[in-house]
Amino acid sequence: MTAPANPTYRLLIALVLAIVMMVLDQRTPWAAPVRHVLGYLTAPIHYLAHLPVDSGEWLTEQTQSRGSLMDENRRLQRQALILEQRVQRLAVLEAENVRLRELLNSSADLDANVLVAEIIGVDPDPNRQELVINKGKGDQVFRGQAVLDAQGLIGQVVDAGPLSSRVLLVTDASHAMSVQVNRNGVRAVLAGTGQSDGLKLLYVPDTADIREGDLLVSTGLGQRYPRGYPVATVTAVRHQSGAPFAEIAARPTARVDRASHVLLVQSTDEPLIPVPDPEAANDP
Amino acid sequence: MIHDRPAGTGVIIVTLLIAALLEVVPLPESVNWVRPEWMLLVLVYWVLELPNRIGVLWGFFVGLYHDVLVGTTLGQWGLAYALGAFVMLAAYKRMRVFTSLQQCAVVFLLVGTVSLLAFLVQESVGRTLYPPYTILYASLTSAVLWRPVCALLRWVQLRFLVR
Repeated sequence: MTAPANPTYRLLIALVLAIVMMVLDQRTPWAAPVRHVLGYLTAPIHYLAHLPVDSGEWLTEQTQSRGSLMDENRRLQRQALILEQRVQRLAVLEAENVRLRELLNSSADLDANVLVAEIIGVDPDPNRQELVINKGKGDQVFRGQAVLDAQGLIGQVVDAGPLSSRVLLVTDASHAMSVQVNRNGVRAVLAGTGQSDGLKLLYVPDTADIREGDLLVSTGLGQRYPRGYPVATVTAVRHQSGAPFAEIAARPTARVDRASHVLLVQSTDEPLIPVPDPEAANDP
Repeated sequence: MIHDRPAGTGVIIVTLLIAALLEVVPLPESVNWVRPEWMLLVLVYWVLELPNRIGVLWGFFVGLYHDVLVGTTLGQWGLAYALGAFVMLAAYKRMRVFTSLQQCAVVFLLVGTVSLLAFLVQESVGRTLYPPYTILYASLTSAVLWRPVCALLRWVQLRFLVR
């Protein structure tokens, strides 16, 4: 067996390439093509890793008895009835809301279209809270798109690959977003803690009116998330004498660690924050 | 053996892809702490067996693939794997005469060092949460699994005539 060629030059090439790539990836969008091309090769691995779960679900579906299916059907019909009744009231409320907004001269909230995606992977690194979903650029997924489940906001797309995308969860330690208390409109910054059921409110004055059980909804500030989706409920409020801010813990309303399907909000062309009308501003 | 044409690149790639699958297969959160660095183990095996074919640039590209797979900064694992492959190229002759226990110790140190390099990059972009000693758990399981992985890959190598 011949001795390998001197690998030092190759190491130098690899190091320079790696460092250039890291800087490009962090500071510029120019590394995206590399990620995109490799995305074609990594997505099948994620799909394959999800296959046992998929086939398990398929098996349970195939082997369910007629009785349990009928039970489920009845339950779902009841649920649909209840939801339809709520939607009836919602239509009236929505119309009223649009009229009131017209009176206030602010832009109407539009109903957003959603795209359903399946979660096919969870980030194995405990330092990060990320998911992989089975929709990519081919399904018009884009970077920064908001991701919901049936109960609330779950996160945003940070990397839209060709066949799959990565979603940064609201619980990731590097994630923060603007929220307001549904009860009284108090605004605050909601940050993740890195635990799948832990969130915290940052820089809240001790005197702010936030109580245990309050629902926190997205404000749309920051232009990333659509306005008015539930994000978390406050679980604990601690006031410490001497500390400048209150310590407020919250729990995501979305089932971040248990969801299997998520919704991607599609329409974001509309400005999420109303543009002030110059004529209205001149009114006395 | 000396004049054998290289063969079985496809087999090497398939073993690396299976390792990639094991890296992302969903496991309970507590098991994630001790999930071995499968791709690095497989890479190290091929570097030790075929040092004149599988080297630093293979390490770099496998690392790059790993980066896209787990969504880290591009080049984070590329850099770490390239260095890991370089170290193994420098030590492959000694590794062959080492006893299993010594080999495991070397793998432990190597996986620890490589993961620490990747950790440093991840730390500098602000995506770490737990202290760096947590990578020791994965290094330990990698070292424990080194011999079984070795035996399996040896069988693959002989079965599919990789050289």
